[in-house]
Amino acid sequence: MFAFIVRRIIQAIIVMLVIGLVGFIIQHQIGDPVRDLVGERVTPAEREVIRDQLGLNDPFYIQYVRFVKNAVKGDLGLSFFYKKPALEVILAKAPATIELVLVTALILIVVSIPSGIYAAIYPKSWFSRIIMAVSTIGVAMPVFLTAIVLIYFFGVELNWLPSYGRGETVNLWGWESGFFTLDGLKHLILPSVSLSSIMLPLFIRLVRAEMMEVLETEYIKFAWAKGLHRQRVWYIHAFKNTLLPVITVFGVQLGILVAFTILTETVFQWQGMGFMFLEAVERSDTTLLVAYLIVVGVIFVVVNTIVDIIYGFVNPMVRIAGTK
Amino acid sequence: MSHLLEVKDLEVKFALRFGDLTAINGVSLTLDKGERLGIVGESGAGKSVTGFAIINLLSKPGYISAGRVLLEGQELNRLPEEDMRKIRGNRISMIFQDPMMTLNPVLTIKTQMIETILAHANVSKTEATDIALDKLKKVHIPSSEKRIHQYPHECSGGMRQRIVVAIALLTNPALIIADEPTTALDVTIQAEIMDLLQELCASEKMGLILITHDLGVVSQVTERIAVMYAGKIAEIGPTQVVIHDPQHPYTQGLIKALPGSLQPGSRLNQIPGMMPTLTDIPPGCAFHPRCTISDTICRMEVPALISRHDHDHMIACHVVK
Ligand SMILES: Nc1ncnc2c1ncn2[C@@H]1O[C@H](COP(=O)(O)OP(=O)(O)OP(=O)(O)O)[C@@H](O)[C@H]1O
Ligand SMILES: [Mg+2]
Repeated sequence: MFAFIVRRIIQAIIVMLVIGLVGFIIQHQIGDPVRDLVGERVTPAEREVIRDQLGLNDPFYIQYVRFVKNAVKGDLGLSFFYKKPALEVILAKAPATIELVLVTALILIVVSIPSGIYAAIYPKSWFSRIIMAVSTIGVAMPVFLTAIVLIYFFGVELNWLPSYGRGETVNLWGWESGFFTLDGLKHLILPSVSLSSIMLPLFIRLVRAEMMEVLETEYIKFAWAKGLHRQRVWYIHAFKNTLLPVITVFGVQLGILVAFTILTETVFQWQGMGFMFLEAVERSDTTLLVAYLIVVGVIFVVVNTIVDIIYGFVNPMVRIAGTK
Repeated sequence: MSHLLEVKDLEVKFALRFGDLTAINGVSLTLDKGERLGIVGESGAGKSVTGFAIINLLSKPGYISAGRVLLEGQELNRLPEEDMRKIRGNRISMIFQDPMMTLNPVLTIKTQMIETILAHANVSKTEATDIALDKLKKVHIPSSEKRIHQYPHECSGGMRQRIVVAIALLTNPALIIADEPTTALDVTIQAEIMDLLQELCASEKMGLILITHDLGVVSQVTERIAVMYAGKIAEIGPTQVVIHDPQHPYTQGLIKALPGSLQPGSRLNQIPGMMPTLTDIPPGCAFHPRCTISDTICRMEVPALISRHDHDHMIACHVVK
């Protein structure tokens, strides 16, 4: 297990260096730190002096090393618009996004696993057919359309659920949380449902396909031949094996989900990182954009590492490989 | 007299899109308590399907369309599913071909053993564990107290097949159906597993149906042998009689095709042609296109399985008298 974790951490560092490089190239090519610092009204000669002072005329790799060093210290530069450290700006927005993604992930798990398994066990039942039909439509439905339909019905027509902002939040050690008030939870419903709708069809189909494949294996046939109760065959023998590939895909998709928050947050005016990202694009706040990229990269890597460790616990073969 | 197992005119079909495919077409056989029967035949002859039909566990489009399966006089193929479950893995155990695929990779050996006991007997987990350990010792698993906590991938192929045999023994079944239990193993381990099976069946008075391609193995382990061809039994009788004095032209061909019956260096004898696919079984005797002695009647009438020499030796052939 220890070797396994060390290996994962080294991989994570490499991934972060690559993301950092991409971010740095973007900043280097299109960003203008001088403007970020002093604005537009400075003469070209003065600019040149500032460039020298900031080390912007140094060779590329020296600048990159400096960038990495600063990033490690948590210094991702100053946001042009907010006039504050970019990391600080993002971290203030991160809880909103993380909570949205967490609730979405929860919806995905709670809905896709039971319905995928049901559809695999009873492929001919009407419920399975409906699930499959709906998930086919769902795949083709763009997220903003889902969001708008949801807002229209539940927000405007029925007026059951709020469709704008985060509602009432509680500040816990600097973390703005919507989990602890009824209002905050209500505000989470529509955004997370519409965000989960992007991946739900995919996940149901994935769970169903994996489960069906597992049900065809020799060891499941053997489990039947042993005369086990069918609940045991399905929920212990087949389910555990279905879970393995599902966990892997889930880890990757969860990262992609963070990217999808940009759209969802914009539609629901959700004050998270995705919303901030689009604002930063409009304001050409390059430093903030790059900082966003890096923070999302970190989240992605952390999530994937956690998922891999969970995978290791479900799959005995990984556990052994790790202890050797 | 009452048999342990009696299969009567068994017919198995697979419901496919273009119509039903008859995989087993009127198979009858009997097995007495503690008796060992081999089923041989080419690939696709219906050996495995027969085995699965006996425990009523045919894979999806397959179903028993006619005939009866009786275990100690009880008609299995009419039993409600829950009653049938109580027989599977309890009165009748199965051993599959590939031990690498038979055990569930994410469950420990202990889990996979005691769940079988708990599914059939009202015992505590500790008692079940004791039974499991006892059976592991019976199949000569060294340091079984340690092994039992391992996962399948920590054991070799031969070890895993022993574990599968131990699982089959857990409930002291009356019958074990072993479907090519050694095909996936290397030769020395094959012999060990076969010896083990034979020894256990003899000492525990268990019936055995051994499905295999290997006539050598069958002649060592079994007392009777059934030769299958295209979903039917071509010949059935005492193993030594069938092996040394085969009557049916197909059995004769099979035995001639054995490398052991030849001078070294000479060419292998093959039965010319291929077994027909189930979709176009020729009319009359299914073997007639490949048969060297076939007659006009062979092309028109399906031969019945009739005893010719002594009561226990039966063949399905128009020509052989
Ligand atoms: N799931 C299935 N769907 C359709 N047809 C099947 C299925 N399983 C078996 N069959 C048919 O039943 C026939 C007999 O298959 P079976 O597995 O019993 O052969 P076998 O004698 O065990 O061959 P082998 O020596 O290769 O194991 C096959 O030819 C095949 O056409
Ligand atoms: Mg077979």
